[in-house]
Amino acid sequence: MSTPKISVRDVQKVFPVGKEPFVALGGVSLDIADNEFVTVVGPSGCGKSTLLNILAGLEQPTGGAALVDGKPVTGPGPERGVIFQQYALFPWLTVRENVEFGMRTAKVPKGERRERAEHFIRLVGLEQFADALPKTLSGGMKQRCAIARAYAVNPSILLMDEPFGALDALTRVRLQEQLLETWSKERRTVMFITHDVDEAVFLANRVVVMAARPGRIAEVIDVDLPYPRDEDMRLSPEFGALRNRVWHAVYHQRQIKEPAK
Amino acid sequence: MAVTSAGATRDGNAPARPRKNRTFLVLNIISIVAGIAIWWGLSLAGLQFPTPAEVVSAAWKMIQDGTLATDVGASLGRVLAGFALGSLAAVIVGFVMGWYTVARGLFEPWIQFFRTIPPLAMLPLVLVLMGIGESPKIFVIFLAAFLSCVISTYQGVVNVDRTLINAARVLGAGDGTIFGRVVVPASTPFILVGMRVGLGSAWGTLVAAELLAAQAGLGHRMQSAQLYYDLPTIFVGIIAIGVLGLIMDRLLMIAGNKLTAWQENR
Repeated sequence: MSTPKISVRDVQKVFPVGKEPFVALGGVSLDIADNEFVTVVGPSGCGKSTLLNILAGLEQPTGGAALVDGKPVTGPGPERGVIFQQYALFPWLTVRENVEFGMRTAKVPKGERRERAEHFIRLVGLEQFADALPKTLSGGMKQRCAIARAYAVNPSILLMDEPFGALDALTRVRLQEQLLETWSKERRTVMFITHDVDEAVFLANRVVVMAARPGRIAEVIDVDLPYPRDEDMRLSPEFGALRNRVWHAVYHQRQIKEPAK
Repeated sequence: MAVTSAGATRDGNAPARPRKNRTFLVLNIISIVAGIAIWWGLSLAGLQFPTPAEVVSAAWKMIQDGTLATDVGASLGRVLAGFALGSLAAVIVGFVMGWYTVARGLFEPWIQFFRTIPPLAMLPLVLVLMGIGESPKIFVIFLAAFLSCVISTYQGVVNVDRTLINAARVLGAGDGTIFGRVVVPASTPFILVGMRVGLGSAWGTLVAAELLAAQAGLGHRMQSAQLYYDLPTIFVGIIAIGVLGLIMDRLLMIAGNKLTAWQENR
């Protein structure tokens, strides 16, 4: 097999808090293949966001290494797009200007910038709101805009940090389906952090279950359900079985000593 | 019955806002008219006030012989020069303080110290050092505007949402881009608040500075009128100062609203 797209090798992150340092990540190793969709689920404090920030280049590991395309991550880079839970849209820019932000910093010529922005705004279904300011958008629309903005710099990896965490249940389900649709048209390697077991199973090729104190990987569960996935699949017994497995892995971490079968 | 009245209230809800605004405006006008009437009454009742009519005729005379225009021009020139320089310096120093920890450590004690001194208290010193021309007055106004605005600019820079900076970084922005396209717009609301406070402070300082040392300006005019017991002229000065201050504040507010229309909770 060729080099994995993302390779996390024994990554550690220790925060010096008071007398006892807090071990956010105690030696995590994980490989993600090109164009794979991996979700990471776990209780709060398991270091899942820290892991994502290290891959994004926003934080440095205190031990081990995070590799992208075989090269160690030293800072943020255009090949890794990040989507934050709090949307992080620039409120003084319109949807279009937000989507063009990354291309402007990359000095993409104006015409091409326009065209690519158009394309991704249409992809997330915001063409009617291209000139609207973020304050006029709903939470779901803001996150769709953030997804278009991340896509527009053409990254090969999307790092998503609980992107739908602040949305209501219905909007969340709809956005999950839209995300998969977008992903099927514009295939990327995705690492998606969530605390929602349903969401983790519905989206992923593979669910990585993490545990806290110290932050570590408890179990990796393959989701061998075919894409495209829809509502029927969400209600199918196969989905239910996987969901239960992940649920147990997340919420009964003491009992899990070996992969359940 | 209850249903009907509830329905009526709900129907009445749509035009409620303009009607309420109109009521508000009517109350404003009643209040102003009543105030002037009371003023008029008091001055007729033997209090040492000039009547509104006397003040208007004094104002008319000052407009015709050009003294009002000269005074307003002198005062506005000083306040605008001092305010513009002060705000500009405050924005630059505030950004530098917010961006570089070293600069923050170096500037902070001096700004905190001078903030506790009313700018007017510096006037005797400034007059000795800079003479009695325009520069000491502009300098004191500069200080007033600068000290009011610098802290809020600095707060604005420090308070920029970390997530927005991270979002810009992962989109490939370097320090320069983050500063120009994230930090500057994100701190604009803070700067504008600082400028409004600074303008008020500059205006107040100006008039007081003119009372103490000037050959022209609204403060000077009131000062010399005091010597001749010329109450109508003093009234004209007070009213002009109030009206001009209000106009400048409103202009700055309108400009600010335009610039920060993107803000979420307004």
